[in-house]
This record gives sequence, structure tokens and C-alpha cells, in this order.
Amino acid sequence: MEKISKYILPYAPYIALTVFIKLAGAVLELFIPYFMETILDDVVPSGVSRMIFLYGGLMLFCAVGALLCNIIANRMSAISSGKITRKLRYDLFDRLERLSSGQLDRLTVPSAESRLTSDTYNVNQLLARVQRLGIRAPILLLGGVVMTLTMDPALALILVMLLPLIGIIVYVVTKRSVPLYKEEQNILDRVVRILQENITGVRVIKALSKTEYEKELFGGVNDELTAIDQKAGLITAATNPSTSLVLNLGLTLVVLVGAWRVADGNTQSGVIIAFLQYFVMILNAMLGITRIFVMWSKGEASAHRVAEVLAMPEDLLVEENKKEIHAENLPHIEFKNVSFSYTGAGNALENISFSLGRGESLGILGETGSGKTTVISLLMRFYDVSDGEILINGRNVKTIPRDELTSMFGAAFQNDFIMEGTVGDNIRFFRDISPESVDNAARTSQAEDFIRDRGGMDSGVAVRGNNLSGGQKQRLLIARALAGNPEILILDDSSSALDYRTDAELRKALHRSFKDVTSVTIAQRVSSIRGCTKILVLSDGKAIGLGTHDELMKSCDEYRIIAEQQMGLAE
Amino acid sequence: MNRKSLLLRLWHYLGRNRLLLVLALILSLSSSLFALYGPKLSGQAINAIKLGEDTSEMDFATIYRCVILMCIFYILSALLTYLLNAVMIRMSKKIARQMRHDIFESLSRLPVSFFDRFQTGNIISVVTYDVDTVNQSLSNDLLQILQSVVTVSVSFGMMISIAPKLVLIFIFTVPATAVFTRWLANRVRPMFRNRSKKLGELNGYVEEMISGQKTVKAYGREAAVLERFDEKNKIAVDAYTEAEANGTVTGPCVMFINNISLTLVCVFGALLFMKGANAPAAAAAVGGFAGWWQSFWGKRLLLGDLSSFVQYSRKFSGPINEVANIIAELQSAFAAAERVFGLIDAEPEPADSYEATVLSDVKGQVELKHVGFSYEPDKPIIKDFSMLAKPGSLTAIVGPTGAGKTTIINLLMRFYDVNSGAVLVDGKDVRTLTRDSLRRAYTMVLQDTWLFHGTVYDNIAYGKPDAKLEDVVKAAKAAKIHSYISKLPEGYDTVLSDNGTSISKGQKQLMTIARAMLLDAHMLILDEATSNVDTRTEQQIQAAMRELMKGKTCFVIAHRLSTIQSADNILVMRGGEVVEQGTHETLMSEKGFYYQLYRAQFEGAEA
Repeated sequence: MEKISKYILPYAPYIALTVFIKLAGAVLELFIPYFMETILDDVVPSGVSRMIFLYGGLMLFCAVGALLCNIIANRMSAISSGKITRKLRYDLFDRLERLSSGQLDRLTVPSAESRLTSDTYNVNQLLARVQRLGIRAPILLLGGVVMTLTMDPALALILVMLLPLIGIIVYVVTKRSVPLYKEEQNILDRVVRILQENITGVRVIKALSKTEYEKELFGGVNDELTAIDQKAGLITAATNPSTSLVLNLGLTLVVLVGAWRVADGNTQSGVIIAFLQYFVMILNAMLGITRIFVMWSKGEASAHRVAEVLAMPEDLLVEENKKEIHAENLPHIEFKNVSFSYTGAGNALENISFSLGRGESLGILGETGSGKTTVISLLMRFYDVSDGEILINGRNVKTIPRDELTSMFGAAFQNDFIMEGTVGDNIRFFRDISPESVDNAARTSQAEDFIRDRGGMDSGVAVRGNNLSGGQKQRLLIARALAGNPEILILDDSSSALDYRTDAELRKALHRSFKDVTSVTIAQRVSSIRGCTKILVLSDGKAIGLGTHDELMKSCDEYRIIAEQQMGLAE
Repeated sequence: MNRKSLLLRLWHYLGRNRLLLVLALILSLSSSLFALYGPKLSGQAINAIKLGEDTSEMDFATIYRCVILMCIFYILSALLTYLLNAVMIRMSKKIARQMRHDIFESLSRLPVSFFDRFQTGNIISVVTYDVDTVNQSLSNDLLQILQSVVTVSVSFGMMISIAPKLVLIFIFTVPATAVFTRWLANRVRPMFRNRSKKLGELNGYVEEMISGQKTVKAYGREAAVLERFDEKNKIAVDAYTEAEANGTVTGPCVMFINNISLTLVCVFGALLFMKGANAPAAAAAVGGFAGWWQSFWGKRLLLGDLSSFVQYSRKFSGPINEVANIIAELQSAFAAAERVFGLIDAEPEPADSYEATVLSDVKGQVELKHVGFSYEPDKPIIKDFSMLAKPGSLTAIVGPTGAGKTTIINLLMRFYDVNSGAVLVDGKDVRTLTRDSLRRAYTMVLQDTWLFHGTVYDNIAYGKPDAKLEDVVKAAKAAKIHSYISKLPEGYDTVLSDNGTSISKGQKQLMTIARAMLLDAHMLILDEATSNVDTRTEQQIQAAMRELMKGKTCFVIAHRLSTIQSADNILVMRGGEVVEQGTHETLMSEKGFYYQLYRAQFEGAEA
């Protein structure tokens, strides 16, 4: 909890006020029985009925005051805990959005998701409840202890001796339960993952009649979750009875010691009676406090998971540019001896070099898994190169601020992300783009016709683009990439679902309307890239050919074979 | 869902654990008794001390006896309480488990279309947050209600026996509490419902945006996405705050009503006492019932009685206060339960009719007869479509994107049912067959690859869990993915995590092809199965693909027209209709739409 204290601190005065109001309410409430006792003990024997009404009126006043204080304080606690949670979630989402691809891969999406919702929710609940319930109990406890101390210090000593014992119980229980609750949240991540898999893979699962198997799988995690939930529950459940037991045994001790002291004439039986009354009060207060500790365990585990993400180091920092750049005649994009490995062992790319001038185009061809997409991931700095450097306009991508870097690109990836909303939303993608640019992008990407057929830019797109065909999705993604008028256009196998005719139309339109854009295109079809200024042929992470179509037809066997196969097949 | 049926449903879950419930009831009753007995013992001890003080002869034997008994009782009571807690925890966790189980069960029965409409995150929110909310309230609140009922009834009896007149005050205040609680519950229920709903929506958005994180970053839209998140976050937090702020009004209000009644009891009790003191009660000399009534009703109130009455009335109002609080708390559980049951009750795929037969001895003849279909009522996708695929034949479906090719597959696999016409397999309407047997008759490789968190082996053997490693390796070799797999750190035992960055889309497709190669069905569907595989690899797996297709009725969707020239029947689709049908040669000679498409591909290669 201390890890997220900086979110709580700004509200400290507000929370202090809440506590104060709550306190006032509690005090007013305590006056009611006091006045009642007065009526019964003093007023009634005196026989003055007017006084009854006076004290009755006072009780009424206290009741109204307590009502108002409690309502106000409860409302305030809800507001402040809500605000703290909102800020916490905001920062957490912000951090998650900015995590590097490598960091998110390690964290996993389901875990990110449950931290953002389930865990922050636990924290929210804890904050609200502690404020609501956590005030009265300590006050009563303190009051009780003080009262007993003034009455008979010797007997009170028994009580004081017991308090550390209770402290130990609470400590041991929290110490054991917090890791369990944390583990529980981790299992919850797995529950989320299985749900996610089952929702996205519903067609395959049904097609293979694997429903029963998936049910079993879920059943397993469900059992695990239940087991750990139970285990944590059983441990925290011990707090209440064991605290009561300690206090009750203390109470028994008070009776016994009290008896000895009365026998010795050191105290009176009335003191013991009063003492027992206060003991009950202390007991109740203590139980309230332990309840808060139980909530605390769960909230603490969640707060820890949230803080873990918040504390993740900023990856892919922007480095300072040391070199002087002469803006003249520099290539737009340049790869210098770039190597990269995802895992640290085994290079996904090895010693790749090429340069592209402004308005030129690069086509990348290669076998499945040869590292084509990796080239793009490095260019857009989703990962940092292991070796070599990548320059845009002569500047190392590591020195270009994130915003500036991303604003250069328009990219359509393989199986890219389509969100629920409208066609227009998906093309604009949270950017401020004029309707003309959107229309122009849709026209160029050959999406105009189907968008019109669907009912225009405001027509709906289902979850994950489920109501669009593969080719429609791809054209929508290309439109998105074009709509921002990028300097550099990235098309990662993004016309594979288009028929040749549409693909050809797309390339013609691109050439017409986005002539000055430098482009990097990954494709399976030679026809999609043969018009490129340069073509990079990759095999197992290494460049085995770089040049124009005609050059490669002569110099690169692999390229020629692929091209001939495809052309031959087309004939 | 109205409250009655909701409670009934919840009761149904509780009822499954009848034994635990009965145990809990017994334990809670006995622990209440122990709780009452403890003070009695200490009272005896104090009486003995007092006596000792007065007579200066301390009866230590009695005191020790009491002290020892107290120790025993407190230990027993602690054990009982813990046992009770344990039982309640066990029960509520079992119920939560059952609910999650039921939701998943329901999800697995839901039609594919459901998942095309609902956000994953929202569904997840029901399983995680809503189930937890119900669970918490069941384990905490139920117990307290049980205990409160006991205390309230005992106190009420005691109060009647002491001063029936004063009980009249409660005839006024108890219903007031009830009415107020009811009113408030009705008021806050929609708020809690909203709280659950908005949290679900936030979850839906989060799920979507975190999955799309890479794209968001590629476009540098983090700020805009964050802003949108914050809007939803604010709405969710506000919904929480509103429900919380209004829900927590109950406690203080009920407390207020109680305090008022306490005040009234004191004031009137005091007045009554004084009246009684001033005018000694006319002794009831009348016999019979009337006499009893007079002595009962007109019983003179003693000071000690008034004091006890007040004590009991406090005991009495305490639990009522608790219950009122709990009722407010229960509203959030009800709202959450509604969402849970909503998901459990979501309309499943219509069950196989009871006379549905198992498709066996599949020959593989597939026929579509005058099929009409639309996803949305007013937007027909397929109109009056007919075709026949003989056993072992190859049917290719071509056409521009969005022409309805994938829809045909949805209908073949019965992910969706036709609106008109019929789909027949071996002459049997698919609606008369069990879905399981129909789907098992097909092998399907889709464009959207789906791999799950598990080892490479598990993923490939997914459709045939008893496959030996050698079979899997053989399939992987045929699909040209073996060499990649052997380069992975742990080969076939490497776990593919959800964001397996170093595995490309093409490699995923090859794995799903390997998965299909292990299956042995009579009909095969290939929907752009190799769209992300480079042509060279595609060439290399051709032989294996042909082997896979041999003797099977095949349906192939492809853009590369080159791959389907040998098809027995080519369906050319455009705008949801089949505009041409025939072999490559006949279609080419007709010089129709297919011819144009084919030429375009050729031009494309030239451009």
C-alpha cells in the first residue's frame, strides 16, 4: 500500500476532514446512551418530567447530528477513494500503453487487463471501506484503553499485555495471506487468458469439437482459483476468533485477578463490572480492526500488482543525439549493419544494410519466418537493434522522440487491430483527420466501394472487425495508414487477402496519390513489389539479395525462382 | 429479472450445498448460545466477588469454577466461530466455482454470432468481478443475517414480556425501518446495476486497447486512447461512487431511526414510570382472561424493568441496523448476479433436435439448395444459392473480397443456420444432424490462425490429443514448419505465449495446417489457408496439401487463382450471389467475370 501512497497523499486533507466528520458522528452517537443513562439514573428518580423532555431533545439532536455526519462522511469517503482510483487507473493505463513490446510480451495482455480492472477495483474498495469503518473502531479502542487505565491500572495492565499478542496474530495472518491473495490474482490472470482464448478461437474450438476439452481446462483453473481463494479465506478467517479468544481469556484473567484484588481490598466489585463493560467495547473495536486487516490483505496484494507495473522502467528511452547531421543528400531511411535477436540467442536478423531515398520504395520478400516483419519492427522502434544502427533522415531512430517518430509512419500490419465502432473511427484511429483525407485514403486503398455498400463512414464495425471479410479489413487498415499523410508507409503483407485485381488497383492508386511517400512493403507476391525501387530478399534473417527486380532476376537465384514460379503460375 | 426469480436462482445455488448450509445454521445457533452464556458466567463470578466483598469472605471455589468454565467456553466459542467461518467460506467458494463453471458451460454452448457481438473484456468482467461480488456478499452477509434473526427474535420476546406498552413504539419504528430500507434498496439497485455495467464496459475497452497496443503505439495515439479511457474510467468511477455514496446512506439512516425509537422509549418509559409511581396501580382483582390481560397490559413498570427494556431494545435494534446495512450491500450482489445469470441464460445454439442423428459413414456429398442468408435482417448476404459437391471433389470459391465466401463456410460448419433453403450432407439436412458429428466430419483451416498458450506439440495435436510425437513431427515436416520448431529453445515443448513475437503469421498458418494434417475427416475446408505463407513455401507444401486433400470433398477459398485451376467446380461469387459456376476451362471460354478476375491477376503480375 505504501507503494501507491503518492496517490493517496494529495487527498490527505480531504480524508482528514472525512475522518474528522466521521469522528464527530461517532462522538454524537456515543452521547445518546450517555443521555439515556442520565434519564434513567438521575432524571427519573428526581421526578421532574420537564427534564425528561430536555434530555429527550438532546438525544434527538445527537441522533440528527450523527445521521448527517455519517451520511456526509460516507459520501466523502466514496468520492475520495473514487478519485484516487481514477488517477491510479489513469496512470496504470498510461504506463501500459507506453510499455515496450518486449515488456508487454512478458507481462501478457490478460495480466495487464486484470491489473487494470480487478486489482484497481480491490484498491478502490479498500480505500472506501477503511475510511468508512476504520475510524470508529480505533477510537473506541483508544477510549476503552484510556478509561480502563484510569480505573484500575493494575487490571488495565492485563489488557495492555494482550495488545502485542493481538498484534502478532494480525501480523502473522497478513504475512501469510498477502502472498496467497497475490497468487490468487495471478491465477485470475490465467482464468482471463483461457476465457480470451475461448472467445477468439470459438470457431476452431467448435470445428474441432474441443468444447469438452476446453471445459476441462477451464475447470482445472477454476478449481485452482477456488482452492487458493479458500486457503486465503481460511487463514484470514482465523483472525477474528483468535483475537476474540485472546481478549476473552484476558477478560477471564481480569475476573480472577479482580477477585484477588477485591479480597485484598485493593479494588471494588463495581470497578470490575465497569471494567468488563469496557472490555466488551474494546473487544468489538478490536474485531472491527481485524476486519479491516482482512480487507487490507486483499487490497495490499492488488496494490502491489498495480505498483509493479507502475514501477516498470521506461524502456526504449530516447537517446541524445551526439552526431551532427548534414541534411543534404541524406537517404530517407538507412539500415547500417543491423542485427537483432528477440531472445538474446539466435539472430532474427543479421547484418542487414540498405538505404532508401525520399519517395523511393522498398519491397521485402522472403520465406515465412525469414525476418521480414522484424525489419519493420526495428524501423518503427518497437524493439532496439542488438547491433548496428537505423537512421531516418540521418538521425538514429533511438534519438528521435517517440511522438515525432510515430508521426512519420503510416502502417498496416498483418492481422492488425480493428476496433468496435464505425468505419470512420477505424480509419481516423483517434487522430484529427479531415473528412477529405479520410475519403481520399479510402479511395486509394480501394475501400470506397465496400464502405459505400455498407452505408458509409458511419456504418458499424463489430468487435475485432468480425463483420468484415479479410480483404475488407486489410483495405480498412491501409486506409488508416494513408489517412495521416505519412512520410513513410509500411505495408506488412497487408494485401494478401486482396484479389489480384484489387491489389493491382491499389498499387496504381498509391502510385498516383501518394507519390512522394517512402514505402516499405512486405509481400508474398512478386507482382506486389516488382515495381519497387529496391527489393530486399531475406532468408533466415540474412539478406541474400538487394536490388531492382531486373537486377535480382539476374543476380539472385532465389528471387528468380520465386518470380518465375509465380509468373509461370499466372500464365 | 425480477427480485423473486433472482432470489430463487441464488437460493438454487445455496440449495446445492444443503449440508453445509444446515451445518452453518447449527454452528451459528450454537455459537450464539455460547456468546450468551459467557456473560452469564462472568456475571456469576462477579456476584460471588460482590458477595465476598460484602461479607469479606471470598468464595474462591465458585470463582475458580466460573473462571475455568469461562476459559472452556471461550475456547469452544472461538473454535465454533472459526468452524462456522470455515464452513461459510467453503460454501461460498463452492458457489463461486459453480457460477464460473456455469458461465463457461454457457459460453461453450453459445453460437459463434454471440462472440461477434460482445466484447471479450465485458464477458471477462462478469466472470471475475461480478462472480466475486456475489460470492463476497454470500459469505459475509448471509452469516450476519442468520445471526441477526436469532438475536432479534430473542430480544423481541424479552421486550414483550417486560413492557408490552413500550413495544408499541416499535410497531411504529420497525415498519418505518422496513419501508425505508425497501425504498432505498429500490433506489440504489439501478445504481449498483449501473456500477457493474460500467465496470464491464471499461473492461471491454481496456481489453480491446491493450490488445491493440502495438497499433496504438505505431500511430502514437496513446494520448487519445488514454483520453477516451479516462472518459470511461470517469464514468465507471462515478457509477461506483454514486452507488457507494447512496448505498452507505442506509446505515446512518437506520441508525437514526433506531436512535429515535430509543429516545422515544426513554422518554415515554420514564413518563410511564413516573405516572405509575404517582398513581399506584389499581390491583387487578378481576379474574379470568380480562384479569390476566389487565395485569399483563397494565403491569406497573419498575425502574429495573425500564433499564432492562432499554438494554434489550438496543440489542434488538443493533441487528436490525445490521440487516438494513446488509440489504443495501446485497443490492450490489443482486446487480452482479443479474449479469452472471444474464450470461448463463444467453440463448445458446439451438440444441440439436431430439431426433438429430449422428452423421456417420460420411461419403462427403455436400449440397446447398436455394440457400438464403443474412447476418442482419435487412442486409441479405446470400440469395438463392445452390451448388452440389460430389464426394472427393474440389470446389473452389472465388470472387472479390466481401462477396460472401467465408459466409458459405459459416453455413457449411453450421456456425450459422440458413434463413431459407437447406444445406445437405450425404442427402441429409444438416439441421437433422448433431452439430458435433457434422463438425467433426470437416477439417478446417482458416485464414485467422488461432494458437493458444501451450506447447507447440499441444497446439498441433489439438484436434487429435492422442497423437504420438512422431505423428506430430511428420505433420510439421509436411507443413514445412519442422525446421523452425527444431530451432526453438525447447523444440516441440516450447510454450507459445499469447504475444509470441518471434513467431510470424505465416508460421502460425503452417502450424494450423500441420494441425489439420493430423485430422482425418471426409471433408476439408481451406479458407485462405496459406495467405500469409510465402509462395515458395507454399509450393513446397503443395504435395502435402494434395495428400491432405486426397479423397476428401474439399472447399477452397483462394485469391491466387493459380492454385485452384484444377478444381472440379469453381463458384464465382459477387455481391452475395454466385454469378458463374464451372471448371476453369469453361469459365475462361465464357469470358465472363471469372475471365476478368483471371486477367486482372495476370495484369497484376505484369504491372
